[in-house]
Amino acid sequence: MKARVFITLKPGVLDPQGKAIHHALDGLGFGGVNDVRAGKLIELDLADGTSDGEIEEMCRKLLANTVIENFRIERLETAA
Amino acid sequence: MKTAVIVFPGSNCDRDIAVALEQVTGRKPAMVWHRDAELPDGTDFIALPGGFSYGDYLRSGAMAARSPIMRAVTEAAARGVPVIGICNGFQVLTEAGLLPGALMRNAGLSFVCRPVPLKVENSQSLFTAQYDAGETVTFPVAHHDGNYQADDATLDRIEGEGRVAFRYLDEVNGSARRIAGILNDSGNVLGLMPHPERVVEAAHGGTDGRRLFEGLLETVA
Repeated sequence: MKARVFITLKPGVLDPQGKAIHHALDGLGFGGVNDVRAGKLIELDLADGTSDGEIEEMCRKLLANTVIENFRIERLETAA
Repeated sequence: MKTAVIVFPGSNCDRDIAVALEQVTGRKPAMVWHRDAELPDGTDFIALPGGFSYGDYLRSGAMAARSPIMRAVTEAAARGVPVIGICNGFQVLTEAGLLPGALMRNAGLSFVCRPVPLKVENSQSLFTAQYDAGETVTFPVAHHDGNYQADDATLDRIEGEGRVAFRYLDEVNGSARRIAGILNDSGNVLGLMPHPERVVEAAHGGTDGRRLFEGLLETVA
């Protein structure tokens, strides 16, 4: 089975990279961008039966730094 | 004083700190590889050096903080052994949960590499006893991820408890409240982005960092 972990900065945490991307989009003439936040996507290929709890523990212990980041886990359906 | 320098793959200030420690203590530090599980017996000071451990993969210091030797470092810190983390070492200490907060990408996005003036905020700690409170010292910085952030409650707490050891005099990297270095709650763990080990002899262009190590020698030995 596969899972995707989306890691994003917590609301309110300054995101210098997002700001730089926003600035670059402005520079390219893309108006109407109100804000940009950059994050990470981590794809995990897991043994069948890996529990939600285990994936969550992976996030808390390593994949995300919960001082500044939130994470969201998305399980992908495995093709039979 | 029996010192140990932890060496991670990608550390690059391990030799700078080793030279500084040898100059001050008269004894070469043990260089301890990150995969070792134990520190040499009787280690009474541990340094986590600057550099780019594990290529800064995932987050600066994240992989190093989970390496085998960090369990021994955490246990030693809990016993009261002084631990200093400089630059990448500071990032490792926050990732390991030995210090609060996190070090994020510099607000200006650029790598910052220059001497910066710092205010000594706490001159009572193991590390800063040879400085005067409010004194200005100049240490070089060289980092991309030195922007110290924590939630307001944490910032209020560490300020209230006198745990801000050094503060930037000028804007350097976007750090909350211009924090450059902090202590843990028992005062035996210091993390800071600037490099005191790079200003210990006149040939370095300054000697402001030397007293940090001399002070330790006096209190620890």
